[in-house]
Amino acid sequence: MNAQVAESSPAVQAIEARFPDAILELRTDRGQMIVYLAPASLVEVCRFLKNGQQFERLAGITAVDWYPLDPRFEVVYLLHSISRQLRLRLKCRVAEQDAELDSLTALWRSANWYEREVFDLFGIRFRGHPNLRRIMLPEDWEGHPLRKDYPVHGFKYSYKDEP
Amino acid sequence: MPEATFLDANELILNMGPQHPSTHGVLRVILKLDGEKILGTECVIGYLHRGVEKIGENRTYAMFAPYVDRMDYVAAVSNGLGYCLAVEKLLNVEAPPRAQAVRVILTELNRIASHLLWLGTHALDIGAITPLFYVMREREEILNIFEAYCGARLTTHAFRIGGLQYEVYEGMEKQVKAFCKMFLPRVDEYEELLTENRIWKDRLVGVGVLTAEQCKQYGVTGPMLRAAGVKWDIRKAQPYSGYEKYDFEIPTRTNGDTYDRYIVRIQEMRQSVRMIEQAVDDIPEGPIMAKVGKVIKPPVGEAYVSIEAPKGELGYFIVSDGSTQPYRVRVRPPSFVNLQALDTMARGGLVADIVAIIGTIDIVLGEIDR
Repeated sequence: MNAQVAESSPAVQAIEARFPDAILELRTDRGQMIVYLAPASLVEVCRFLKNGQQFERLAGITAVDWYPLDPRFEVVYLLHSISRQLRLRLKCRVAEQDAELDSLTALWRSANWYEREVFDLFGIRFRGHPNLRRIMLPEDWEGHPLRKDYPVHGFKYSYKDEP
Repeated sequence: MPEATFLDANELILNMGPQHPSTHGVLRVILKLDGEKILGTECVIGYLHRGVEKIGENRTYAMFAPYVDRMDYVAAVSNGLGYCLAVEKLLNVEAPPRAQAVRVILTELNRIASHLLWLGTHALDIGAITPLFYVMREREEILNIFEAYCGARLTTHAFRIGGLQYEVYEGMEKQVKAFCKMFLPRVDEYEELLTENRIWKDRLVGVGVLTAEQCKQYGVTGPMLRAAGVKWDIRKAQPYSGYEKYDFEIPTRTNGDTYDRYIVRIQEMRQSVRMIEQAVDDIPEGPIMAKVGKVIKPPVGEAYVSIEAPKGELGYFIVSDGSTQPYRVRVRPPSFVNLQALDTMARGGLVADIVAIIGTIDIVLGEIDR
């Protein structure tokens, strides 16, 4: 564990003290703190951050596809505390075969649409989501367009057929 | 005694949109009604989905910049600013002071233009036709400034990564100052038309209430959050592009209803004028571009930058793999997040209020669906 990094952020220190096994990796990038969490402890850590550390707002959930690496996906949670003026970025790595995480909808209602969007565009499922359906694309769409192995023109159309 | 008949089941499912003039685009709302009362709503979005984030992965950094204008097309300048700041953070450069001042002027003008269009259409939805003509008149002046500056009126692409492409045109300061001087009395004019208007108040006061707690639950930002009494504005909280140099206030209200959101936006226009006047009086001399290579190749890493767009927190999350194209671009549009609170605001209200509530969120479907 990178002790120096943890010292710089009180919120990360608090997570470390409370959940010693939850943090897999810490990184700073251009002054921004990034915390890699064990997927199993995601909900508990978030509950602690929300209730104990005043991270009252979930600014966004998104994902990054690192195809063909394994584990393939990184789900990114952008937390924000209005009262403490703090931002925190949590990440969970998810493999393709078992692309599933626990839903945060019970903690923040805003997670509902964010998670639907990640499900729609990346195909990552969220356990315990009340309404996990496609949000941007039609219900009968095939595939998840923001995956890196999804061609820009989709699967059903090929430029080769054009004269 | 006959058993309960179907007449007792008063629930009615009503579909509104996607082609409905009061949904401000292609939003579809399914309403569950009991007579006039709304029991629940469900939004169906995605009719305008163009896969902007996928496009971003297949364009270079500079090529993607015009696309962001097409998301929130009412506030294209703000979108451009957010994107440029995010890429600049990846590159570890900062726009020179002169560019920052011009950016503030244009962004604040754009905030006024966005709020004006919102005011006109919101009032139109509720039945007041006159304000629309008034606000279009003033918005025209702003668009003329944009046109003189960069040649475009709506999707401006005004900024470049690292600064500006165009110098301030001759007479711009004068034109902007003239606009500010003309505009403040016009805001009073709108207020005379609406603020104490009995019909306006009857339709807005106490409608679509969203408390501060609910705002945080839904991640709602911008004027909606401030109308609920939370004094949070990214321009003050995490200043960017030199906003810390300007003196302005964050207007807040306490009730969090549709009327308060109207007041907050009106006040914000006045504050924007204040900022523009300070900025235009003191545009520093110097270069307008930072040292950025012809080919933009940010080092490996990621950045999340958020700005205070007219509608709320507009965030760009960009991941770079060291190539000329972004590995991943994620846009956090304010309208997408704010729209989610529609159900809470509308539930228990009357069906006639749904139009006022959709209007007060100030949505642009271009950025919701992306």
